[in-house]
Amino acid sequence: MTEVKPHSHEEHEHQVVSPKVYLAIVATLLVATGLTAGVSYIDLGVFNAVVALAIAVTKATLVILFFMHVKYSTRLTKLVVGSGIFLFLVLISMTLSDYFTRAWGRW
Amino acid sequence: MSDSPAVINGAAAAEHHEHPPYQRHHFETVEQQADTTNFAMWIFLLTEIMFFGGLFTAYLIFRNWYYPAFVAGSHQLSMLWGTLNTTVLIVSSFTMAMGVWCAETRRKNGLVWCLVLTLILGIGFLGIKSIEYTEKIVKHHVPGFHYSVQSFTNPVSDPEVYKEYHDNPLAPDMAVHTELYFSLYFLMTGMHALHMIIGVSILAGMIFKARAGAYTTGHVTFVENFGLYWHFVDIIWIFLYPLLYLISRHT
Repeated sequence: MTEVKPHSHEEHEHQVVSPKVYLAIVATLLVATGLTAGVSYIDLGVFNAVVALAIAVTKATLVILFFMHVKYSTRLTKLVVGSGIFLFLVLISMTLSDYFTRAWGRW
Repeated sequence: MSDSPAVINGAAAAEHHEHPPYQRHHFETVEQQADTTNFAMWIFLLTEIMFFGGLFTAYLIFRNWYYPAFVAGSHQLSMLWGTLNTTVLIVSSFTMAMGVWCAETRRKNGLVWCLVLTLILGIGFLGIKSIEYTEKIVKHHVPGFHYSVQSFTNPVSDPEVYKEYHDNPLAPDMAVHTELYFSLYFLMTGMHALHMIIGVSILAGMIFKARAGAYTTGHVTFVENFGLYWHFVDIIWIFLYPLLYLISRHT
């Protein structure tokens, strides 16, 4: 059996995220919430949904990167989160594009 | 266990390096253990994303099919409660993140306070949700035998909503599909609320352990992974809020 070198693999220093970062993020999230609520009062047609979802995606990204520390995580975690979300988007977009382009099931 | 040759062998026993009590034997270092736990937690959260994703997909498909019913159903939700709950949950995510920071920097009192605030905000969210659910019960908008389509076939009979949206009456065969809207509404917000209830219960237990100093000795994995769970529940709401409350306000 070959000797396993201790500490040979990629070591990851635990990084403490500063409260200033958290404060900046929570302020941004609250402003974005006010913004998305305000925009919903203006009639933009189909763009109401586009704007609301774009703001939601931005908010979720900030939460994942900073509150959930993915920005400061190992490459393994980044890869897992990224590929998991990618797979999720593939599943949801394939399903929706199938349903939205056919009239089956209606009524 | 003790009859395993590796333990009898003195050389193997000498290899046993010093480590803190919270480090499991099968990990080389505390960092490796922390990274592994973090990885596992994310795998769990991804299965949760797939689960909620199924509900979101169902909602979008049926909204596309029965669009007028889903728009009329959405108009029954209160912007005030929805926006307030979004704010409550975002602030609770912030207090939770601060809790993790307190654990990392070994501030016991700070951690206890952050957890208590997070708990209060979590219960506040559930309280607001129960006000909303009560409105639905009173109006017979809970799917089942007592479900009523009156607000949708005759919108004028529901003056509070009518004065805001001036909805046209739905044909009876479209109005029945509002029940599907409310089924999905209760399923999605209910599953989210269940996650909140589980989170609040775990938080209550954590406060006692935090007071005893369990998380401020350098071993922050539990607080950190609970934080991931709490933020994940926040993210689900970040998407429920526009889908249920915001995108159907016009037309």
